[in-house]
Amino acid sequence: MKRCRHPAFSPGVSVRFLKPSRLRLYSQVLFFGLFLFLLLRTEFRGSLTSSAREIRLPYPVGLFFRLDPLVAVTNALSSHALYQGLLLSLVILIPTIFFGRFFCGWICPLGSIHHFFGSLQSERKRGKQLIESNRYQRWQNTKYYLLVGVLAAAALGTGIVGWLDPFSFLVRSLGLSVLPSTNYSLQAFLRVLEQSQVGLLRGIGGVLHFLLGALVLNFKQPYFRQGIWMGLIFLFVIALNFRITRFWCRAICPLGGLLGIVSRWSVLGLVKDSRKCNDCNRCLLRCQGGDDPTGGVAWHQPECHLCLNCVGACPENALQFRLFPAQAVAGTNLRRRKLLTGLAAGAAAIPIMRSTPGFAAERHERLLRPPGSVDEEFFLARCIRCGECMKVCPNNALQPAFTQAGLEGIWTPVLIPRIGYCETSCVLCSQVCPTGAIWEISAKEKGWSAEAGGSTKPIRLGTAFYDRGRCLPWAMATDCIVCEEWCPTSPKAIYFRPAEVFDAAGNPKQVKQPYLDAAKCVGCGACEKACPVQDRPAVYITSVGESRSPNNQILLNRRKG
Amino acid sequence: MMAQPEKQEAGQVILSRREALVRLLRAAGAGAGTAGIGAWLSQHSSRPEAGIAVNVNRGHTIPADPVLPEMAIIEGEDPAQLARQALAELGGMQRFVSRGDIVLVKPNIGWDRTPEQAANTNPEVVAEIVRQCLRSGAKRVIVTDVSCNEARRCFQRSGIAAAAQAAGAEIILPDPSRFKDVDLQGEVLSRWQVFDAFLNVDKVINVPIAKHHTLTGTTLGMKNWYGILGGSRNQLHQKIHESLVDLADFMRPTLTVVDCYRILLRNGPTGGNLEDVLLKKTLVASTDPVAVDAYVAKSFWNLEADSLPYLGMAAKRGLGTLDFEKLRTRIKKI
Repeated sequence: MKRCRHPAFSPGVSVRFLKPSRLRLYSQVLFFGLFLFLLLRTEFRGSLTSSAREIRLPYPVGLFFRLDPLVAVTNALSSHALYQGLLLSLVILIPTIFFGRFFCGWICPLGSIHHFFGSLQSERKRGKQLIESNRYQRWQNTKYYLLVGVLAAAALGTGIVGWLDPFSFLVRSLGLSVLPSTNYSLQAFLRVLEQSQVGLLRGIGGVLHFLLGALVLNFKQPYFRQGIWMGLIFLFVIALNFRITRFWCRAICPLGGLLGIVSRWSVLGLVKDSRKCNDCNRCLLRCQGGDDPTGGVAWHQPECHLCLNCVGACPENALQFRLFPAQAVAGTNLRRRKLLTGLAAGAAAIPIMRSTPGFAAERHERLLRPPGSVDEEFFLARCIRCGECMKVCPNNALQPAFTQAGLEGIWTPVLIPRIGYCETSCVLCSQVCPTGAIWEISAKEKGWSAEAGGSTKPIRLGTAFYDRGRCLPWAMATDCIVCEEWCPTSPKAIYFRPAEVFDAAGNPKQVKQPYLDAAKCVGCGACEKACPVQDRPAVYITSVGESRSPNNQILLNRRKG
Repeated sequence: MMAQPEKQEAGQVILSRREALVRLLRAAGAGAGTAGIGAWLSQHSSRPEAGIAVNVNRGHTIPADPVLPEMAIIEGEDPAQLARQALAELGGMQRFVSRGDIVLVKPNIGWDRTPEQAANTNPEVVAEIVRQCLRSGAKRVIVTDVSCNEARRCFQRSGIAAAAQAAGAEIILPDPSRFKDVDLQGEVLSRWQVFDAFLNVDKVINVPIAKHHTLTGTTLGMKNWYGILGGSRNQLHQKIHESLVDLADFMRPTLTVVDCYRILLRNGPTGGNLEDVLLKKTLVASTDPVAVDAYVAKSFWNLEADSLPYLGMAAKRGLGTLDFEKLRTRIKKI
C-alpha cells in the first residue's frame, strides 16, 4: 500500500503502466481470470492418460469461498465452528481491519464485473449525472442492515446469506445460467460450421471445436432448473450499473458491509488537501464506492473500495492515501432503528419460513439431498446456495430446489433422478462444498461399491418404489428389468420373480417382475433414470430411509446398517 | 446522391419527378424481392425429419479361410499374452487387419468400475489388440464405447482409456453431438441413434467381457453391440433377443475376442462386489460371433444354446453357427 503515497506522477510510459489505478486493474484481471478458471474447472473432465480410481478435482476450485469472511462468519454463527479451510478468510479479514476494503476494489470478481460495466457509461454524455450519482447517498447503508439481517438469520440457523453473498451469487449465476447458455450457443455455432457445405468452414469448425473443447465446452450440455431466473437476476444486477455505478457493491453486498464495518479502525486513509481542491469533481467521475473523495466534505471511509481512481484523476494532486491520516473521516453512520429492523427481520426469517409443516411434519417426499449431506436442520443452516455441487455433478443430477425444501431452501441442491442419478463412486459434490452442508466423504465412506472396501453402512439418499400400474412387466405383460440391470449395489437391491401373465389376446406369457429389497437400496436413482417409461417413471426414489435423518425412516432392520 | 428536394415551408417537401420515380422503383424492388423469396420458400415446405446417415459400412467380415482355425481358446497368467497367443493361433492379426485399415476396437466400457470388478473388458487385453492392429499396418485404431454410467468416469476408472492410449489407439468419448440416425434395417430395430465412430470403419474387433446378466443369463459378444447405440436403448430389453440379432446383423465383426480373464458370476452386468468375480484366466477368440457366445455360455455358465434364444435366431439369420464343436479350434494353455 506504500505505492499509494507516491507523489505526483510524471507522464511516461513506464509510469503510466505502474499508475496505482493500473495496478489495480491488473489485480482485478488476474483475480477475475483465476476465479473464472476455477469455476470452469469445477467439473470432472476425465483423463485419457490416467487410470486413477479415486477421482478428485485437480484444482482448489472452492478457493474464493474459503477467502470469503462473510461465509466464514455465517458458518461460525450457524455451526459454532469453522469448516475446512474457512480460516483462510483471515487473509482478507485482517488486512481489511488495517487498510480498508481493498478486497472490493482489487480482488472481488463480482466487484470487477460491476466495475467493468459501470465504466461503460460515457463521461462526455453523462458526466454530470455520473458526478451526482457518485456522491455518498444514505441508502448505501442498506447493505449494513442486510448484513445484520443475514447474520441474525445465520445465528438462528439458516444459510440464506448465500442469496446475497457475492461468491454464491456469482458462482450460481455464472455456473448455473451464464456458462450453460454460453455452452449452448457455442455448440450451436460449431454445429453450423461443422455441418457446412464449405470445406474450409468445416475445417475452421473442427479447429475451433478442439480449442473450445479444451477451454470451456462441456462434455454434455448442462441444464439447470430455474437457470433462466438466475440469469435474469444476474443481468438485472449488472444493468443497475448503468444507472448507478456498482449499485450492488454500494447498497446490497453484505460482504462489502462486513468489510466496511471492520475497516473502521483502518490506519490507511484518504487525505484531502482542500487548499488545492478547486471543486472540479473529476474524482467523482470514476469513484467506485460513492465515498465522497471531493474536497469540503468528510470522506466516507467504510464506503471506499481503494480503487485509487480519485488519486489518479485529481489534476491538482490534492488527494493522497496516507497511513495514519490526520483528517477526520465519516463512519457508517447507521440508524439504530433500521439496525434493529434488520436484526428483527433476520431473526424472524426462520420462524416465519418454518411455520409451514414442510420443514418438520410433512417433508417433501422428493427432497433428495446429495450424498454426505448433514441432516436437514444442519443442512439449511450451512448450505449457502452457491451451486458448486450442482456445477460439479457429472450427471447434472443436482438441481436448485424451488419448492421441495420450503421458501428457505430455495436454490439448495436436490437430486432429480429423472435428470441424472447419483454416480456410484462419485463424491465430487462433497469435495467442493465450501461449508460442510455436504460433509466431505470418500467413495469408501459412501459405501456403494465393494471396490473401496465397502463400508457396512452405506450412505442412503432415499428408497426406490415401484408404480406397478406403469411398470412394463407388471402392467403390460412386457419384459423389461432395465432397473435391475442398472442397480449398482451388489447384491442388487432390485430382484425379480418370474410370473405368468396374459397378453391382450389372452395368451399366457412368462415375464420377470421386479421387486425392491429396501434393506439394500441406497436411493441412488439409477433405476429411475434408466426406466424406459420416459415421462413418469415406473420406479422412483423418495427420501424416506435417507441415512442422514434419524426420523425419516421406514424399516426397523435398516437401523443397524 | 439524390437531388435535394426543395424546401417550401417548414415540414412541407416537394418531390421532384425523378425522386418520386426512384422511390417508386425502390418500393417495387423491395416488394418483388419479398414476393420472390416468399414464393420460393412456399415451394420448399416439407415436414421436418432428421436426416439418415448414408454410406454406413455394414459388415466387416473377412473371407472364410479353408485351413486356418476359426476359434482359439487360450488359458494363461498374463492377459496381454493371452491376447497375443490367441491372435497367433488364428493366423496372426495380419489375417484380419490389412495395411491402411481403419480399425475399431469395441471393448465393454459400460460401467464406472475398476478392472478387478470385472464389469468392463480387461484393459491389458484391449491394449494388446490395439498394438497388434498397429503392427499389422492399421492406419488408425479407434477404441470407444457408449457407456451406461458417466462416460468419462468409465473410460478413466476402467483403465481402458489410459492403456489403449499408451498402446497407440485413438480414444473417442461418446460425445452426445456425434450420434446419427441410422436405419439398422433389422426386424425390430429400424431407425436408431448410432454413435458415428462406429459407422465408417474398415474392420471391427469386438472385445466384450463375459458377465452374468439376469435377462439373457449371460452378456457376451452380441450383447456388447448395445454399446453402439444412443437414444432410448433402455427399450431394447422388451425384445432383447430380436434386438440383439438385429444389432449383430448390422455390425458383423471381423473378429470377436471374449475376455474371460475375470468373469462376473452374479449381480451382472454392473457387479461391484469382488466376491462375484471368478478368475478364469481365459480368452476365447473367434471369427464366428455366434459360436464364440455359444461356447462361452456353455463352458462358463453351463447354458445350452436353447436357453439363449438369440443364439438360435442369429444362426438362422446366417450370422454364424451354434455348433462350436464343429469349428476348427485351437486350445492352448500357456
